[in-house]
Amino acid sequence: MALYSEKVMDHFMHPRNVGTIEDASGVGEVGNAKCGDIMKIYLKIENDIIEDVKFETFGCGSAIASSSMATEMIMGKSIHEALELTNKAVAEALDGLPAHKMHCSVLAEEAIKNALKDYFDKNNIPYDKSRFKEIDHDELHEQVHGDD
Amino acid sequence: MYVYADNAATTAMSQLAIDAMLPYMNKVYGNPSSLHSVGQEAKEALEAARETVAQCLGAQSREITFTSGGSEADNQAIISAARFGARKNKKHIISTAFEHHAVLHTLQKLEKEGFEVTYLDVSRGHNITAQQVKDAIRPDTCLVTVMYANNEIGSILPITEIGAVCKEAGVIFHTDAVQAVGHLHINVKEQNIDMLSLSGHKFHGPKGVGALYCRRGLPLVNVIEGGAQERGKRAGTENIAAICSMAAALKDACDHIDENMPRVAAMRDRLIQGLSQIPHSALNGDAHNRLPGNVSFCFEGIEGEALLLLLDMKGVCASSGSACTSGSLDPSHVLLAIGRVHDVAHGSLRLSLSEYNTEEEVDHILKVVPEVVQYLRNMSPVWRDLQTGKREYIL
Repeated sequence: MALYSEKVMDHFMHPRNVGTIEDASGVGEVGNAKCGDIMKIYLKIENDIIEDVKFETFGCGSAIASSSMATEMIMGKSIHEALELTNKAVAEALDGLPAHKMHCSVLAEEAIKNALKDYFDKNNIPYDKSRFKEIDHDELHEQVHGDD
Repeated sequence: MYVYADNAATTAMSQLAIDAMLPYMNKVYGNPSSLHSVGQEAKEALEAARETVAQCLGAQSREITFTSGGSEADNQAIISAARFGARKNKKHIISTAFEHHAVLHTLQKLEKEGFEVTYLDVSRGHNITAQQVKDAIRPDTCLVTVMYANNEIGSILPITEIGAVCKEAGVIFHTDAVQAVGHLHINVKEQNIDMLSLSGHKFHGPKGVGALYCRRGLPLVNVIEGGAQERGKRAGTENIAAICSMAAALKDACDHIDENMPRVAAMRDRLIQGLSQIPHSALNGDAHNRLPGNVSFCFEGIEGEALLLLLDMKGVCASSGSACTSGSLDPSHVLLAIGRVHDVAHGSLRLSLSEYNTEEEVDHILKVVPEVVQYLRNMSPVWRDLQTGKREYIL
């Protein structure tokens, strides 16, 4: 059996929306180099619609695939729809991730939320703060990896 | 092009090793413990294989115990020396921080039982010195267990000098020689090695078989209890086919070390030279005392698993010490032990060659590795931060 689904390999080998946006409306970065994965999301938002999205990822195959898939899933969507994107939806869209790689999809969800939060903050748009919890990445790793 | 450059993980079996195995599957298939002629024929083959392995190591055949592989041999050697030491109230062991898990986990088990273990620092030169061993020996030291050569970074340890230190101090010396046997000239008597572990599949022999050399007079403790096979030291019907195959592969490897290894080392050096050109990279392991087939690098700003997957797509089979490839939270303990910080240890690549590799394959590796590293760096936010000065280069 292959390590990853065909979808994961497709998004890893041919990642969509790689790059940066010069005058981004919002930028979100999660993860740290110590853990071995960092995701950075750039959003271009006009009239509450995500007109463009780009990503940069330092990480394994599933981290790159998760970022690529997540950007594809929010492109052209409203910021409200983007806020609803869950890691589960990203993983499902990739036809699943190995259990010990689920945190990659969590990072993708958090990176997008982080970029949206940056946009809200920059534009003084009120938002429900409880939806943007600060993430401790060592803890996230522990939660996702457990005792393996 | 398909390039297998993961020979430290395992090797392809040689035709010679396969041929040596076949008769013991359906012709001489007897149980060596059986009294009848088919059994006795198998017994003769078993003892001939033992003699061959012994000769390759400079040992006597009765000093060789066949095991299921290197891990079992390591377990048995360390447990035996520890039990022997404990009888004299000696419960201190010296090892290194970059041993294989078969050694480290066995030592950790002993620590829980009250043994004390000194793990020698390997950060200087990515190796240890015999002086470090000498300085660590105490009156209650019962065992020194250090690997002959490191599996991840290729450093060859000063085994002959360490053997002399241990002999002088009267301490048992075990070496996990899984990566060295068949690739380097070894003589247990001349090098004062008391115990040595080896594995069949690292020199074009079969998997699932190995051997433990234990100097005559040292008592072995069983890891597997049962029948009286292997002079009562390792129960279970002997895997004759694999044992005979391993012996044939080992003899072939040892007979051709002087012919094969310089050629392998030349390919290694060309790879090291070429990959060193990649900016912000670093060679892992001892640059001078190095396994002929080992090439190990860290590349800053990228992650190893992604590197391996892309290399695989381009036909290169390699390995990495990144956390993602190990399935654990931390990158390789070996890379951390030599002083690589997490950030760069995640971006490691190991290429391990054998005499089956060719110069054309080296050309292919030298073409694709820099491409893949650059491709991943181009999508890495860490690399961007390094390039724009937001983050400082480590390598």
